[in-house]
Amino acid sequence: MNSSGGVLAVGNKQEGWCALLELAAREVFQLMLASDLTAPTAEITLPHEVTSMVGLAGQLCGVLSVRCDEKSATLMTSKMLGVEIDEAGADMSDALGEICNMVAGNFKNKITGLGDGCMLSPPTVITGSDYTTYTAGEKPALEVRLLFEAMPIVISLEIHS
Amino acid sequence: MPVRVLIVDDSSVMRKIVERSLRQAGIELTQVLEAGNGAEALATLQASPVDLILCDINMPVMDGLEFIKQLSGVVNAKGVPVIMITTEGSEAHVVQALSCGARGYIRKPFTPEQVKTQVIPALAGKS
Repeated sequence: MNSSGGVLAVGNKQEGWCALLELAAREVFQLMLASDLTAPTAEITLPHEVTSMVGLAGQLCGVLSVRCDEKSATLMTSKMLGVEIDEAGADMSDALGEICNMVAGNFKNKITGLGDGCMLSPPTVITGSDYTTYTAGEKPALEVRLLFEAMPIVISLEIHS
Repeated sequence: MPVRVLIVDDSSVMRKIVERSLRQAGIELTQVLEAGNGAEALATLQASPVDLILCDINMPVMDGLEFIKQLSGVVNAKGVPVIMITTEGSEAHVVQALSCGARGYIRKPFTPEQVKTQVIPALAGKS
């Protein structure tokens, strides 16, 4: 069996992928921001002011995104760089792109066969809330909702094929 | 030992984080040079010798693996250890980087301790 067979086997268990997606995000925030993501205990208002996206191509094709509000994004940048919040604004897009890139890389490295068989695009970061997205994917996105310093973030993976 | 380092990554945020991680790992940096891709890094090395290079793999213009391959033609890079820092964490990528001449490999996300574990032996073995 080649490695893509292993990926397809795992791909049938989306609940397993959600757990891996959450673990990948938690590790990135622990190691790079010294911050523990927590699970929300109640319904959260979905954030949408900053959206960072990384495309995946190869054995898994799709888009991984990290969404949060600007206040949250600025605090992430501040913690990542070890600078004051008022110094973090200029680096916010770059930092959010890197976070998304690391979550995507960490996620694919946790799935047998994907590390070699899936490439990541450079990150794209959208700021602003007045936009809609269209995806060619047929499956519903995997979504993980977490809190970063009590502020909501959403990590989602749209699988195209 | 004071170290002159070249950090190569297309993300300026990541370059700052790598520099901070080196300092947190207790490595004394006397000069920090930065480049946004392999081609810029080669040009930087033509003018400035360094003791250590930390390099991403996925970059525009010239990626990290091509950069290492071309290092053999740069006088200032002779014997200088190169450590890759990348999200590409598969075994095949590690083998490929090491076969191209990298002295170490750090997967993002990383801790300063992981940086230290790779950098100290690489500097000790610098020829």
